Amino acid sequence: MNYNWNWGIFFEASPEGTGTYADMLLSGLMWTILTALCAWVVAFAVGSVVGVLRTLPSRAAQAVGNAYVELFRNIPLLVQMFLWYFVLPEVLPESWGTWLKQLPDAPFYTAVVCLGFFTASRVAEQVRAGIQALPRGQRMAGTALGLTTAQTYRYVLLPNAYRIILPPLTSEFLNNLKNTSVALTIGLLELTARARAMQEFSFQVFEAFTAATIIYIIINLLVVTVAGVIERRVAVPGR
Amino acid sequence: MTSSAMPPVSPVPEPQAAVDAAPGTGPVGTLLTERPPVPATTGPMIAIDGVSKWYGDFQVLTNCTTSVTKGEVVVVCGPSGSGKSTLIKCVNALEPFQKGQITVDGTKIADKKTNLPKLRSRVGMVFQHFELFPHLSITDNLSLAQRKVLGRSRDEAEAKGLALLERVGLKAHAHKFPGQLSGGQQQRVAIARALAMNPIVMLFDEPTSALDPEMVGEVLDVMVELAREGMTMMVVTHELGFAREVADTVVYMDQGGIVEAGTPAEVLGGPREARTRSFLSAVIG
Ligand SMILES: Nc1ncnc2c1ncn2[C@@H]1O[C@H](COP(=O)(O)OP(=O)(O)OP(=O)(O)O)[C@@H](O)[C@H]1O
Ligand SMILES: [Mg+2]
Repeated sequence: MNYNWNWGIFFEASPEGTGTYADMLLSGLMWTILTALCAWVVAFAVGSVVGVLRTLPSRAAQAVGNAYVELFRNIPLLVQMFLWYFVLPEVLPESWGTWLKQLPDAPFYTAVVCLGFFTASRVAEQVRAGIQALPRGQRMAGTALGLTTAQTYRYVLLPNAYRIILPPLTSEFLNNLKNTSVALTIGLLELTARARAMQEFSFQVFEAFTAATIIYIIINLLVVTVAGVIERRVAVPGR
Repeated sequence: MTSSAMPPVSPVPEPQAAVDAAPGTGPVGTLLTERPPVPATTGPMIAIDGVSKWYGDFQVLTNCTTSVTKGEVVVVCGPSGSGKSTLIKCVNALEPFQKGQITVDGTKIADKKTNLPKLRSRVGMVFQHFELFPHLSITDNLSLAQRKVLGRSRDEAEAKGLALLERVGLKAHAHKFPGQLSGGQQQRVAIARALAMNPIVMLFDEPTSALDPEMVGEVLDVMVELAREGMTMMVVTHELGFAREVADTVVYMDQGGIVEAGTPAEVLGGPREARTRSFLSAVIG
């Protein structure tokens, strides 16, 4: 193999003229983290609501929750990205579509919504499983004390369910973080996209992707560490 | 419908009979004389009238009729699967029923206009498996519903909780979590949690049957004391000693129906029904 290794490449100016290649990767990292965090907020909120719907006594609520999960879980993420980014503006009324297309940072907002809704289907599944894993008597005890259904969920069922599902939620968070790379297909300049750009400009493919790989591993390890801290923080004494 | 062929039972045991029965109910009959007499004028606290319930095709309750007057202690017993839990859960609408009527303190619970959370907050319930909230300290277990349902302030709710903990002998454990207590202690906390809501009636569903034998006594003691103070109670239990000691009425259920109801002396002493007799001999051993 005739390859010119050049680890100093990161400190050379990138042809974009806004700094070194290292700066380029760091800006990619920033978009990756920002997208992952925003998408997670959407995923956690929507996923919790959908998960709760699936455990309510009402058949209609369950049906809505199930439909959501089946829809968003069964379409490949890449296809969902294209649907949100390329198809949605065309099927909306024309003025809305134009507004969407002209939105600054449209790839970012699209990625947040798309990834958020996709991950929500997976969070919903965990939330449902967590609630259903609780003894049936917990709901009854809350109800018997006069708590409304909403209060029973808010003060009894969800705090217990979230504790149970913390490990699988961590792994969903990691998936969500890695899945941000799919958004490069709609033009989001996140870490993978920047590594590819670096490779195209400099031909230093190994250096570029080694750096990207290491960065992904480091932030994943950070997430795992933080999750461990949270888990210990919320652990219930005597359990 | 063979199961409906149960004999007619005097649907509402007259309060007078319950009082009359007091002195002769066994060795600890003296306890009963210390209880405030059941006022004969008030309507029943709980009236269960012709209640039937189905799970799909399976009929769990068949035309159940009984009542609990203010200050009365009714013990419900019967073999496993006879519908005791189902009946008691119907009383605070934790389970829906398809036929009949239940009124609690004059309020029809199946009425669409009834505010069920409000009604339930006045009906204390104690479960076989305690069902304390594991993520909350004992203090918070006791104050959660007081604050969220009754709108009491945190200070007020905690003070009330602490007073009740003291009463069940667990004041020193207020800061602990349910998982750090024994079963008997947890059940006493669960009773205190229900009492914190100032209930007008207490329902117990086999409160001692998940406990190790050595812990049964401490829970029964709390219940006996409650009964002596005049609390209206409906208790599903196989503790016939408790029934003899404090019950005004014993209701015997089998296959979803109420087979027999009367004073402990009548039902436990000389049951009219063969089914009751065979159940009793099995329980007493
Ligand atoms: N959710 C349910 N769906 C279908 N059948 C049920 C359900 N809950 C209870 N049953 C049935 O209803 C009958 C009465 O149950 P219930 O729990 O009221 O009995 P029980 O008298 O309390 O018995 P135990 O002494 O074992 O607690 C049983 O045959 C039971 O199998
Ligand atoms: Mg039962």
